[in-house]
Amino acid sequence: MNYPYVLTGIFIMALVTYIPRMLPLAVFRKKIENPFIQSFLAYVPYAVLSAMTFPAILSSTASGWSAAAGLVAAILLAYKGKGLLTVAIGATAVVFLVEQGMVLAGIG
Amino acid sequence: MSEQLTFQKGLRDGIPICLGYLSVSFAFGMMAAQGGMPVWVALLISMTNLTSAGQVAGTSLILAGGMYLEIAVTTFVINIRYMLMSLSLSQKVDEAMTTFQRWVLSFGVTDEIFAVAMQQKGEINARYFSGLICLPYCGWALGTFLGAAATGILPESLRSALGIAIYGMFLAIIIPPSRTSKPIRRVVIFAGILSCVFTWTPGLNQLSSGWVIILCAVVASALAALQYPIAKEAQT
Repeated sequence: MNYPYVLTGIFIMALVTYIPRMLPLAVFRKKIENPFIQSFLAYVPYAVLSAMTFPAILSSTASGWSAAAGLVAAILLAYKGKGLLTVAIGATAVVFLVEQGMVLAGIG
Repeated sequence: MSEQLTFQKGLRDGIPICLGYLSVSFAFGMMAAQGGMPVWVALLISMTNLTSAGQVAGTSLILAGGMYLEIAVTTFVINIRYMLMSLSLSQKVDEAMTTFQRWVLSFGVTDEIFAVAMQQKGEINARYFSGLICLPYCGWALGTFLGAAATGILPESLRSALGIAIYGMFLAIIIPPSRTSKPIRRVVIFAGILSCVFTWTPGLNQLSSGWVIILCAVVASALAALQYPIAKEAQT
């Protein structure tokens, strides 16, 4: 392993990860009064998480079918207001079961 | 009177994130170790980066011997979304938070920590935010260590299933408010559809995932802000 290269690479990664996190929080000390920007920033979290989840969730497991089943399970659990961990474990369990079922059925 | 935002409450709110991170960073640790990285290098990456997608992309590039510039640009683009989050947070934190505290605490801005912090009513102080970061940070490091050290022990079937865990967490954050708020529901659906369009349309899918996330989030949030402006002090 070429350590000087790897460590420099890691340092670069750490730096370009930290800067976008730090700058806005450190620079914007005043509350923004503009109602449009206020509303915009309030919606950002949901938009970001949704864009990160779809369609990436469908390719997060070994098969699109098991991922789709996990997605349905996660949506149902979340819709019922279950917590973060319950939803995550529930989706994982469904994916696991579906993939085992596919192996048994000879289509995995 | 709402619950006080103490360090202890931060720690408590961080527990589910920590557990979620254990499995995701476990997968990262395995990926790094399978690529030939020693355990301590994988751990160093997790402890200095504390991010999922950017870290995975950067590590793959390092393992493939990519150029420094390529590593920097790819990681940066994936992480630009943190600028939006950090900007959102800057409007949510206590104005008394010092510059030094902002420098330190901003290191802990991740998708999940951000989402949980924004769910709190009222302003966020440094005590709560530092409590919130603690356990997820430890979980991220511990999971990486275990994953890198235990590569090959976990059966492939279980590793595949754990891949969906992080997205399950995201859904658990965005779906409950989508039930009760029409604007949020529309933001979630629109951003999701737009992201699918960018991923599946030939030509558009040349754009890297970091840019897609930014673009979808900005367009969906801006449209919603125009159509459903939020009255002052009524923000959730």
